[in-house]
Amino acid sequence: MKEKLVLVGNGMAGVRTLEELLKLGPDDYEITVFGEEPYGNYNRIMLSPVLAGDKTIDEIMLNDEQWYTDNNIKLHKGKKITEIDRVNRKVIADDGTVEDYDRLLLATGSQPFIIPIPGNDLDGVISFRDIHDVDLMLDAAKEKKHAVVIGGGLLGLEAANGLLLQGMSVTVVHLMDTLMERQLDKPAAAMLKKSLEEKGLHFLMEAQTEAIIGKDQVEKVRFKDGTEIYADLVVMAVGIRPNFELAEKAGIHCERGIVVNDTMQTFDPRVYAVGECVQHRGQTYGLVAPLFEMGKVCANHFAKMGIGSYEGSVTSTKLKVTGIDLFSAGDFTGDENCEELVFQDAARGVYRKLVVKDNKIQGTVMYGDTIDGTWYFDLMRDETDITDFRENILFGQAHLGDSGHGDDNRIAMMSDTTEICGCNGVCKGDIVKAITEKKLFTLDDVRAHTKASSSCGSCTGLVESLLAHTVGGDYSVAPHLKPMCACTEHTHDEVRASIKKNELKSIPAVMDLMSWKTAGCSKCRPALNYYLLCQWPGEFKDDSQSRFINERAHANIQKDATFSVIPRMWGGGTTPEELRKIADVAEKYKVKTVHVTGGQRIALYGLKKDELPGIWGELNEAGLVSGHAYGKALRTVKTCVGKEWCRFGTQDSTHLGIELEKMTWGSWTPHKYKMAASGCPRNCAEATIKDFGVVCVDSGYELHVGGNGGIKVRVTDLLCTVKTEEEVLEYAAAFMQIYREEAHYMERTAPWIERVGLTYVKEKMLDDPEGRKAAAERFLFAQKFAQDDPWEERAKGGEAHEFTPIKKIS
Amino acid sequence: MSENWIEVGKLDDIPAQGARIVETKGGNIAVFRTQDDEIFAVLDKCPHKGGPLSQGIVSGKRVACPLHDWKINLDSGEAVAPDEGCAATYPVKMEGDMIMMSLTANEGCPNS
Repeated sequence: MKEKLVLVGNGMAGVRTLEELLKLGPDDYEITVFGEEPYGNYNRIMLSPVLAGDKTIDEIMLNDEQWYTDNNIKLHKGKKITEIDRVNRKVIADDGTVEDYDRLLLATGSQPFIIPIPGNDLDGVISFRDIHDVDLMLDAAKEKKHAVVIGGGLLGLEAANGLLLQGMSVTVVHLMDTLMERQLDKPAAAMLKKSLEEKGLHFLMEAQTEAIIGKDQVEKVRFKDGTEIYADLVVMAVGIRPNFELAEKAGIHCERGIVVNDTMQTFDPRVYAVGECVQHRGQTYGLVAPLFEMGKVCANHFAKMGIGSYEGSVTSTKLKVTGIDLFSAGDFTGDENCEELVFQDAARGVYRKLVVKDNKIQGTVMYGDTIDGTWYFDLMRDETDITDFRENILFGQAHLGDSGHGDDNRIAMMSDTTEICGCNGVCKGDIVKAITEKKLFTLDDVRAHTKASSSCGSCTGLVESLLAHTVGGDYSVAPHLKPMCACTEHTHDEVRASIKKNELKSIPAVMDLMSWKTAGCSKCRPALNYYLLCQWPGEFKDDSQSRFINERAHANIQKDATFSVIPRMWGGGTTPEELRKIADVAEKYKVKTVHVTGGQRIALYGLKKDELPGIWGELNEAGLVSGHAYGKALRTVKTCVGKEWCRFGTQDSTHLGIELEKMTWGSWTPHKYKMAASGCPRNCAEATIKDFGVVCVDSGYELHVGGNGGIKVRVTDLLCTVKTEEEVLEYAAAFMQIYREEAHYMERTAPWIERVGLTYVKEKMLDDPEGRKAAAERFLFAQKFAQDDPWEERAKGGEAHEFTPIKKIS
Repeated sequence: MSENWIEVGKLDDIPAQGARIVETKGGNIAVFRTQDDEIFAVLDKCPHKGGPLSQGIVSGKRVACPLHDWKINLDSGEAVAPDEGCAATYPVKMEGDMIMMSLTANEGCPNS
């Protein structure tokens, strides 16, 4: 017989846990749910937009009653559990309903704090917590005029804004001298207050409410200093406290909430708790993101997988008031050991402050333009050392705006037709619609449903901001350490370390040992293939079926399923003989397009797959080999003609480029890899937007790293200057090898360097000459197994199955 | 309905976790072989933008289209949610080590 699981509390935390459980073990339990409210599960954080008239109740329902039926869950709505009989393992509801349990999940949430003052029970005095409260406010707004909101925190301001939009005259009463003092510092709070006043809200600061006056219905609010104001609706929004009476009455250990361990278990091992009602490691939470993390862990234990543990959440806050962008996270006041970085532009209404300690972000407050909030938040959670970009950090993640958005980076101001994802043509409106209609909470959800941010990824920051903006700050942030893909819990680094330590030499061996959840996918298998190839040169047998078609077929697939062919032109140089051969081949195979690439080569487009080996064989006759233009591999080394011809040339950049290309061709890398050598600082070969670029100067060679054109233009960082060509080659080999060994698959040098920091790369490349030499030697060793022309092999009949149909039926 | 079975080729002619195409007048049909040596035949045309599914990476019983990475279930021809679409599938069976296929598509895929 199935075990019985009873959930008390039909809110977001509890139901999310059930959803996670149903994913892991849909048939593990007979599930029963008790909810006090007469509804299914709805998105409580969206109550403010409902009050403001931006949304309807239907739009914020997460699980309607059909969902419970579909999943064989018994739902008791409108019933309040009044007693837990732990000895007999039963819960008893106020209407006498009794249910047995084998495991019990408490998700009783929190309740609004009601100030203990006279008159707090009068008609027209309400809190702001559930649909019922919203209904009361909407009704009041129809016939009443004066609303007083007690509490100038997040909830109070959202309530006040909603009532204002419903046509009431609203006064916010706050005990402190600044608004949202738990999330904002004084300058940001002052800007917020000014904006809200411009919208029409009134404020009474440092006002202590003494009594609410009226016969049956509220009439006035009186303050300690004796002043009174008229009110026919009073909303108390001074805070919430965990709702743990039921648990406490049942003798379960509670302090400020129901105390749970890292597996969300209470002191009674059969009873678990999640959400706002719990106290975990001394912390209570009133936001949504932690609930998702808790739910995942709890479900994992219900499903008896026993590997999840909840270690607390770092949270951030946003205010859901249209037209106001603010963001707050972490410790934004700091102590005497902290420094503050502040950017303030009063005219534009922009303020951002970072609190920094030992070059790591401790907290942030942002007002006006908050697009970089998610970036700062990630840097804070990952404890990234910001030394290398500290001087620019306040200006934001510069490249965020580079995908065509320019200055228009205030997402709140963007129109619905603003294109967010340029690759897949997804507009702001599409994304917002998907988030609200499909109830999305994570970046991965948004990617799956809209395709935004799923191709080149340059709009990821915008999509995250949009997600945060749409669902409120408490959207579910990606976990601190991201797994490689949905097939595994392990990160890229963990997988690489395990391949090395455990001497894993095949994809199935990695998947076995590291408990892959699936047979792999089109994301992890190419990555694993690369990691194995990089770790075991000469030993690992390349698994061509785990490679993307371009690398399997050694040509680029085009949208009509034909392929392109791009032979290598060493250092961008060619000969009449090569050009003649290319011309002959283009004519013979009726090539539709001949195009000069950006990497100083010639591309032939529109070839059928079964023509490839033939065309390669003919190109080979003139000495032309694969240009690897299709691979996560060394692509080109662009050069100028240097001092051989140019009157400004300082060194023989062409020769150097050819040497670099001869050394590095055929090597596989985490992502495509481009180099260039320019003969003088005029830099005609554009070496400063390459993964590795050389700019020749009179005294030697400047070495630049980590640049790229393309999606997010990034100019290189100067690594160092060296004297000789031999040194250039050694540094080039070492840098490429360190990148090959340490970057994540599909990560170009630019994001890799931004992730690990230029300082780290300099330490490995400059401060440790022995290490550099060893890395260069490892590179050259690997190259012994990599430098075979794949075209020649296939032109001679290798891998024939790849290029021919198994059967033709005429 | 009696299908006209044709010989496609031997099991070992297709690499495990791979596919090869059968050229027909009505377009190419991709014949897949999974890691477990199961065989599936699917129209070589992704329901999204017509990408050649035969060129995709095969994991389990799914193939990832090489153009935009839609995942297609090999047994049903249906796209993996939340994507929506369906590619026609064809009956296949083994006779010894010979793969047999019918050119009459299975029913149940309206878009094909």
